[in-house]
Amino acid sequence: MLRLNNVQVIYSDVILVLKGLSLEVTEGQIVALLGANGAGKTTTLKAISGLLKTEDGRVTDGSIEFMGRRIDGLDPEDICRRGIVQVMEGRKVLETLTVEENLRIGGYTRRDADGIQQDLRMIYEYFPILVTRRHQVAGYLSGGEQQMLVIGRALMARPKLLLLDEPSLGLAPLLVREIFDIIRKIHEERGTTFLLVEQNAQMALRIADYGYIMENGRIVFDGPAAKLRGNDDVREFYLGLSEAGRRKSFKDVKFYKRRKRWAF
Amino acid sequence: MSDQIVFLLQLVITGVAVGAVYSLMALGFVLIYKASTVVNFGPGELVLFGAYVAWATILNMKLHLAVALPLTLVVAILLGLVIERGVLRPLIGEPIISVIMVTFGFASVVRGVLNMTWGSDTRPFPALFSSQPFHLGPVPVSPVHLWSFVTVMVLLAAFSLFFKYSLIGTAMRATADNQQVAQSLGVSVKGVFALSWCIATVVSALGGIILGSVRGGVDFSLADYGLKVFPVVILGGLDSVAGVIVSGVIIGVLENLSGGYLDPIFGGGVKEVAPFVVLVLILMIRPYGLFGRKDVERV
Ligand SMILES: Nc1ncnc2c1ncn2[C@@H]1O[C@H](COP(=O)(O)OP(=O)(O)O)[C@@H](O)[C@H]1O
Ligand SMILES: [Mg+2]
Repeated sequence: MLRLNNVQVIYSDVILVLKGLSLEVTEGQIVALLGANGAGKTTTLKAISGLLKTEDGRVTDGSIEFMGRRIDGLDPEDICRRGIVQVMEGRKVLETLTVEENLRIGGYTRRDADGIQQDLRMIYEYFPILVTRRHQVAGYLSGGEQQMLVIGRALMARPKLLLLDEPSLGLAPLLVREIFDIIRKIHEERGTTFLLVEQNAQMALRIADYGYIMENGRIVFDGPAAKLRGNDDVREFYLGLSEAGRRKSFKDVKFYKRRKRWAF
Repeated sequence: MSDQIVFLLQLVITGVAVGAVYSLMALGFVLIYKASTVVNFGPGELVLFGAYVAWATILNMKLHLAVALPLTLVVAILLGLVIERGVLRPLIGEPIISVIMVTFGFASVVRGVLNMTWGSDTRPFPALFSSQPFHLGPVPVSPVHLWSFVTVMVLLAAFSLFFKYSLIGTAMRATADNQQVAQSLGVSVKGVFALSWCIATVVSALGGIILGSVRGGVDFSLADYGLKVFPVVILGGLDSVAGVIVSGVIIGVLENLSGGYLDPIFGGGVKEVAPFVVLVLILMIRPYGLFGRKDVERV
């Protein structure tokens, strides 16, 4: 469905961030993209969704194909129309709009009024808390509610592929679990394909079918989620440590040694 | 009722009528600013342009009003597209100050072209409304003031409903809120910029037509009315559509009152500077405007 081939990304013509990254997302799967802070996960998603353009970044080499067509270089609004929606990290609600206006603008590219109405109801079923907040301005929601809102808003576009950037960031563990359960539920009931970026690898691999691990602008490891969960390196560096989403400095050192081993 | 009070009420009424037109013009300014953070330094020229095109189609080409007015608005839309496509879009990614200076430069070009085409003489403007006053109690009111006020209020109400309830209006608010998010949801930000410029040129043209008919003539001094959008938006807060509606009326009344009471004392000129005195005062005591949010970036 989605294929990144040796993608190189440069910001502001000088900052090289992705250094020949390749990955593939199969239709109907949840694919996890894991890695430490600064590895280039967000950049990867923005390269796919086209939002890179809005930050003076460019795909300078390689290609991105979606449903058999090249999409690198397209404007973000065109990529959205082709069925890829990115949920950015940091719960980017439209703060001055109400919850319902946020959801409606999620369906901006659609013209099927009945379908939109139906999806609106469905999203309120997935996230019942949003019903009670319906006419409130989104800027005043709690963090968890905002995360639910941005996921719901993306679903309003009926995307073929949903790019999710760190939905767990800064949320209480219980909420994280709830949100991941809903993601899985959406995946099962609607067949939406997900590319899920996380530092919380344990959570991500619990629901993913396949996982990639990236470091420093490249994929260093990949495999079926079950295999990653069983892999010693992954267990040690992601499953045990990144639960809190933070990495202590001495672990960085250890991480660096391991990175070398992964590279060869 | 004493003559004094009648005089006061008359000043207030005409001030409200002209102030409403300021609100309308300021709406265009605020839309552009909210959508793209571009400050349009040529609001007066947009007013001038609309008024001249209306004069040309009605009196020069002698078209029927029902044709001339829509035609004027179409030409205004074209001007909006020319500005956005031709002048501003090539500057995407350039420093915002360059973009702002370009609006200034383009305004001068518009002024020059108008001058070359039609000269700088005062042109008679058709009275769109009767100037025969009627009496509201003891206060004489001219229909042109009443109708311009009503027209503006209907337009402002229509725009408010459009922004609040239509999908495109919501997309404009979404873009103002967070451009990147709007784009990620399929909103064409370029389209929103173009639309905000077109709305600005259209409301400015309408403002020019209304002012032209209030004054009974058009000349280059009409552009000064356009400049009033600065005190209006500073008073109202740059990011607030509701705020500029109220503050347009406040500025209109205030300048009329200072014209009526202070001009005789100081020998004239107070009316013209009063709005700008307000501008300076507001910047000193409440720089985010009477209705604006505190965190708004000033220019
Ligand atoms: N807009 C930008 N301009 C320049 N450098 C950037 C930009 N965005 C991200 N970077 C750099 O790219 C690298 C990867 O960032 P990012 O993709 O956000 O990583 P991650 O999401 O894995 O934490 C970082 O070193 C970051 O500083
Ligand atoms: Mg990131």
